Amino acid sequence: MTDGQISLRAAATDARTEPGLVRWIITGLAVLFLTVFVVLPLVLVFAEAFSRGVGAYFSALIEPEGLAAIRLTLLVAAISVALNLVFGLVAAWAITKFDFPGKSFLITLIDLPFSVSPVISGLLFVLLFGMQGFFGPWLQNHGIQILFAVPGIVLATVFVTFPFVARALIPLMQEQGTLEEEAAISLGASGLQTFFRITLPNIKWGVLYGVLLCNARAMGEFGAVSVVSGHIRGETNTMPLLVEILYNEYQFVAAFAIASLLAMLALVTLVVKTILERHLDEGQPVSDD
Amino acid sequence: MTIELKNLVKKFGAFTALDGVDLKIADGELLALLGPSGSGKTTLLRIIAGLDWPDAGEVRFDGENALTRGAGERHVGFVFQHYALFRHMTVFENVAFGLRVQPRAIRKDEAGIRARVKELLDLVQLDWLANRYPSQLSGGQRQRIALARALAIQPRILLLDEPFGALDAKVRKELRRWLRSLHEEINVTSVFVTHDQEEALEVANRVVVMDKGRIEQIGTPAEVYDRPATAFVHSFIGESVVLPVNVSGGQVWVGDQALNIKPNGAAPGPSQLFVRRHDMQVAPPGGGLRGSVRYLRTFGAVQRADIALTAGDGETLIEIDTPRDRPLQIGEVVELQPTRFRIFSA
Amino acid sequence: MGTRVSGERGRRNTLPGFGLTMGLTLTWLSIIVLIPLAGLFIKTFELSWDQFFGIVTSRRTLNALKISFGLAFAAAAVNLVMGVVIVWALVRYRFPGRRIFDAVVDIPFALPTAVAGIALTSLFAQKGWLGAPLAELGIKVAFTPLGIFVAMIFIGIPFVVRTVQPVLIDLDTEIEEAAASLGANRWHVISRVILPSLIPAILTGFALAFARAIGEYGSVIFIAGNLPNVSEIAPLLIVIRLSEFRYADATAIAVVMLVAAFLIIFAVNRIQSWAQNRIPVH
Ligand SMILES: Nc1ncnc2c1ncn2[C@@H]1O[C@H](COP(=O)(O)OP(=O)(O)O)[C@@H](O)[C@H]1O
Ligand SMILES: [Mg+2]
Repeated sequence: MTDGQISLRAAATDARTEPGLVRWIITGLAVLFLTVFVVLPLVLVFAEAFSRGVGAYFSALIEPEGLAAIRLTLLVAAISVALNLVFGLVAAWAITKFDFPGKSFLITLIDLPFSVSPVISGLLFVLLFGMQGFFGPWLQNHGIQILFAVPGIVLATVFVTFPFVARALIPLMQEQGTLEEEAAISLGASGLQTFFRITLPNIKWGVLYGVLLCNARAMGEFGAVSVVSGHIRGETNTMPLLVEILYNEYQFVAAFAIASLLAMLALVTLVVKTILERHLDEGQPVSDD
Repeated sequence: MTIELKNLVKKFGAFTALDGVDLKIADGELLALLGPSGSGKTTLLRIIAGLDWPDAGEVRFDGENALTRGAGERHVGFVFQHYALFRHMTVFENVAFGLRVQPRAIRKDEAGIRARVKELLDLVQLDWLANRYPSQLSGGQRQRIALARALAIQPRILLLDEPFGALDAKVRKELRRWLRSLHEEINVTSVFVTHDQEEALEVANRVVVMDKGRIEQIGTPAEVYDRPATAFVHSFIGESVVLPVNVSGGQVWVGDQALNIKPNGAAPGPSQLFVRRHDMQVAPPGGGLRGSVRYLRTFGAVQRADIALTAGDGETLIEIDTPRDRPLQIGEVVELQPTRFRIFSA
Repeated sequence: MGTRVSGERGRRNTLPGFGLTMGLTLTWLSIIVLIPLAGLFIKTFELSWDQFFGIVTSRRTLNALKISFGLAFAAAAVNLVMGVVIVWALVRYRFPGRRIFDAVVDIPFALPTAVAGIALTSLFAQKGWLGAPLAELGIKVAFTPLGIFVAMIFIGIPFVVRTVQPVLIDLDTEIEEAAASLGANRWHVISRVILPSLIPAILTGFALAFARAIGEYGSVIFIAGNLPNVSEIAPLLIVIRLSEFRYADATAIAVVMLVAAFLIIFAVNRIQSWAQNRIPVH
């Protein structure tokens, strides 16, 4: 072995990773940063919620206001998820099972709500349905209440969660193609039979994935809902809005108790998401050998 | 059932995938659609099945216009190139699907469905796989399940797109024979697509050769092999040697040498001479194709020679077998006499 | 792949339901997204140019926009650097708790913004777990522009990490070994071989974090202090104008922010197509 070879080898092993000290610093920085900015806030939610003990925690939750907020949040999320589920399935079918001009532009339009600030999302509906808005006076004359009521909250929530289900399904269905559906049709199945017996079973994990993310956002949405809700206590306060009110009134245990429920929701969502992603990876189409 | 295609045209944007296809398929026939990849075979099959619609032309089943019907109303069994098995259903449910989605009035009861599926799985000799999922099957098994699924609806026509395309050579050979005998058993009008000439010639009663969206020739396997109608068919089916020649004054010329073969009615002008390798013999000098021996090997009673023919601007290297009683030498100049050949205008 | 739709005579779709599903899609999209967005722009056009310009350049608005855009940019820059550091540690090193820290990255995505807002505020308040030691050092975070900055960093972390991570994972280690065998030292390998391949993803992550931070509301307002001209973000000013029934003001600010957001999305799309057209490094 010559000297030349030795030095080259040393360089090669050296150049494949960083010196131990550098590795140590990078890992330390990453861990410290995530701990300070993410882990500590999350831990703090639960610590504050239980700071006066378990009893105080639960009595904060079963306050009538708390229960009303939980009920409203569940209602709004249920309606929004249902609407966006139907929309997502319908839109994904139209977009992935047919060829037409302007397809990618349509997908961009469906994605738009993701790039709109939550406050602006709420503002859009105030401009439509508020007293100075386009339909405000007409609604007023007909005694229909949209803003500062459940319909407004639902609309704002549907807007901010609009892309979730469609976005989960479109790439999945694009990848799966149309052959199985064509086979079903040529075997005499109707459109609905094809959808329910062939398409839906193939995309079920994708549907759950979209619904999961849509639901998490629907329950947690703050900015958009805050603008349209009017903050009527016991009536138009969702859980995130109640968290704000309680916090501003220095009722920290109660605020963090409600917040801890939302944090649990987030954690459960993340766990289920990981499980669903595993199923989605497995569900690749059967191909030939 | 007979199928009649009249002047079918199919375009994808500016690209013409089918360019005026006319074809009549007789009742009970087993027809092969043969052509290179991209020649429009799948497109044609999909139009017959009602999975695509032509831009112009007619499709008639037993004389009746089929284009007014959707795929589900045509009673066509379609076996997709990559099978398109329902991946979330067992083999049994895959085969049963066509029966389960029938209108209630004519739908069999559960026992009837079970019996029919069993019968079909027996037919394709895979009844022992009923509870497996498609991902647990081999390629050849998937192929046969796809066929059983297509047969479940008692199709009037069976269409198979590259049925053996994705399988390895040994399985292909077995399935070919099996498909022939299956066709004899069920005797339904069948069209299968292939880009493998051997497959087409071995399995089908008649072969349709396609290229670039057009039909080049229709005939029995013997006809397309022995009397190719066009230069394309000649070069696509069997191995051919192609030499640039000139036809003039009732003679065939290679450069300034007149060959001792007749033009057989080929039009005067620059042309191409097509000969199969096994249709050439080393002959005494006098009007054969001239070439020099480059390389020699012997196998038992034959010697195989690589001979470089000088024709046109360059050389064409061909491999021929000759008996050992006429020993050749490397570098020797010999003449090759075509015994059977075709001349097409260039 | 799909059934073709456009066409002349007798062309039909193999699969049914195109008209119905496309009709429903466009209708619902119009009702929920397009008409409300159009309403915002129509409302803006009711203003004269002078009015619009007057609102947008008023001291308070201008300051709010400066605070939102400036701090969002700074926070996205921090995320860019720290995001790459985190991705590097998660992908290239093995350390205890790595998988947990990997999962933790998604929390800012998943945690409702109001919850994040009160948690960060309590954490950095004068008596908070981190606020107290920082106060000893004379650093005040909560209720100052620094608080806004902290909240925007929190909200932007996942964007850089989750766009860069898959690219680094897919990066072929063979090119590094090749570079190393040609005699490059580690710093050369990183700066000349690895980082250039990551740049499109890093820029995309930066732009996404930036866009998100500009529009962020829930996680910021609790910790911000919300002092006009000092620690008042643009989304909050919209809310305030709305509560004062000054719709025109709210609309004008919203349009500025929306146009900025669309420009960023456009930039991201350009980055993506640029990255795709680039000759792959491996
Ligand atoms: N849906 C489609 N859109 C555009 N071009 C297509 C489509 N389907 C087929 N083609 C084109 O039409 C030609 C014929 O295709 P096909 O019928 O699949 O050929 P084959 O089955 O003989 O290989 C090919 O060049 C192919 O690219
Ligand atoms: Mg094909």
